[in-house]
Amino acid sequence: MAKPENEITWKDIKVGFVVDEPGSASVYRTGDWRSQRPVYERERCIRCGTCYVYCPDMAIKILKDGYIEHDLYYCKGCGICAEECPTGAIIIVDEEE
Amino acid sequence: MATRVGIEVSIAAAEAVKQANTDVIAAYPITPQTHIVEHLSELVNNGELDAEFVPVESEHSAMSVCSGSSAAGARTFTCTSSQGLALMSEIVYAVSSLRLPMLMILANRSLNSPLSIWNDHSDVMSIRDCGWIQVFVENGQEVYDHVFIGYRVAEDRNVLTPFIINLDGFVLTHVIEPIEMLDQEMVDRYLPPYQPLYRLHPNQPVSIGCFGPPVLFTETKRAQDEAFNSTMPHILKGWQEFGDLTGRYYHPVETYKTEEAKVIVVTQGSLGETASIAIDTLRGEGEPVGLVSIRLWRPFPFEEFREAVKGAELVVVMDRAISYGGPGGPLAGEIRAALYSQEVHPRVVNFIIGLGGRDVAPDDFVQMVQQAKARPGEWYEIYGVRE
Ligand code: SF4
Ligand code: SF4
Repeated sequence: MAKPENEITWKDIKVGFVVDEPGSASVYRTGDWRSQRPVYERERCIRCGTCYVYCPDMAIKILKDGYIEHDLYYCKGCGICAEECPTGAIIIVDEEE
Repeated sequence: MATRVGIEVSIAAAEAVKQANTDVIAAYPITPQTHIVEHLSELVNNGELDAEFVPVESEHSAMSVCSGSSAAGARTFTCTSSQGLALMSEIVYAVSSLRLPMLMILANRSLNSPLSIWNDHSDVMSIRDCGWIQVFVENGQEVYDHVFIGYRVAEDRNVLTPFIINLDGFVLTHVIEPIEMLDQEMVDRYLPPYQPLYRLHPNQPVSIGCFGPPVLFTETKRAQDEAFNSTMPHILKGWQEFGDLTGRYYHPVETYKTEEAKVIVVTQGSLGETASIAIDTLRGEGEPVGLVSIRLWRPFPFEEFREAVKGAELVVVMDRAISYGGPGGPLAGEIRAALYSQEVHPRVVNFIIGLGGRDVAPDDFVQMVQQAKARPGEWYEIYGVRE
């Protein structure tokens, strides 16, 4: 697994900034970009999986029991899951709240 | 063994690209580079050179093909001039950052406008900071030799940086000169097959050209800068071993009669040979004048230059491009920077000459040296303009 990017020094940079390790995109914290965050209300969730399908960043995990969990390391706060959820189980709030 | 033949410089350069066993050539024809590329297309078509010749629709595409071909591990060549270089410049910057070795002959020609197909150095100066190793040559033999040297240095595992040979358009590309052609066996001894460090290959996939977020971008640039600044010993080694093989030794800064010289003329490219005639004339009159020709433009040979002008009181720099609103021509700016750290340094006078194919004769160099001596201060002037 690659080093976290904020610990990479110039000496760690491969010639030409080549990436020779697969899966390196998984260390990229797209969650940094977020100004809004999804809030999940489990009681309203009907476990349809729509949010999981629509999330453009694979930031929603479906748990064993069918309920879901947001992975805020990757979630960019786009709000698509909240828009698509048929029961209003996800709302989107400003990060400061 | 080597054979001396009378041959057009462009044809000799193309023959060298063939002898270097180039794998991929991508180029778009533009005057005065044309004869080089035409001859290469003939060689490929006749089956004399087993290479892919990609007749692209623009120079932007030419450099894009070259980047892919070098990334795949192929020995890669392109050639352009002037507007062609301007059009490909976006990718020119990319390939050096990606550390993709390749060779470009730049048949120097002025940039528009007015439209001019003739020779000066405004094209190459527009990409001064592109991160390629850049040399200037003075004659046909030097361009022929530098095809092998360029590949050898660019593909060196310690270098992995693209290489530009600046060749003055028409005055060099279109003349017939006596050139010593190397035997294939000598070329093969000097230039081993290219062994890329990384390449696009399904057995060991890599990503080339990923994006660099703010948290990494500066680290990548530091790595590139460090790598570029450490190319010098490998360039010197390439020249040294070529000299040992052929007897022709090249240096970052070429000097002519600089011993005890109080006045040094500085040139780049083919004008060095013309200037040397003026140096002989002035020396004949007892003037302590010498000539320095900057062969290696990037990385700039600061140490070697300071050594070459040691003891001089006046340095007369000949630029073949204008830096509008700058301190003079681009070469003079570099030379002033090189001398700034010296406790005692010579006065630097700058002439801008030979724009858009304007001839510069030996007597012009004599005139410029006399003017520089007579008028105090540091200044620049576009020489030979009708008032
Ligand atoms: S807000 Fe956007 S990125 Fe975050 S989980 Fe919902 S759909 Fe995915
Ligand atoms: S879309 Fe709404 S209801 Fe469906 S699984 Fe996601 S949160 Fe639950």
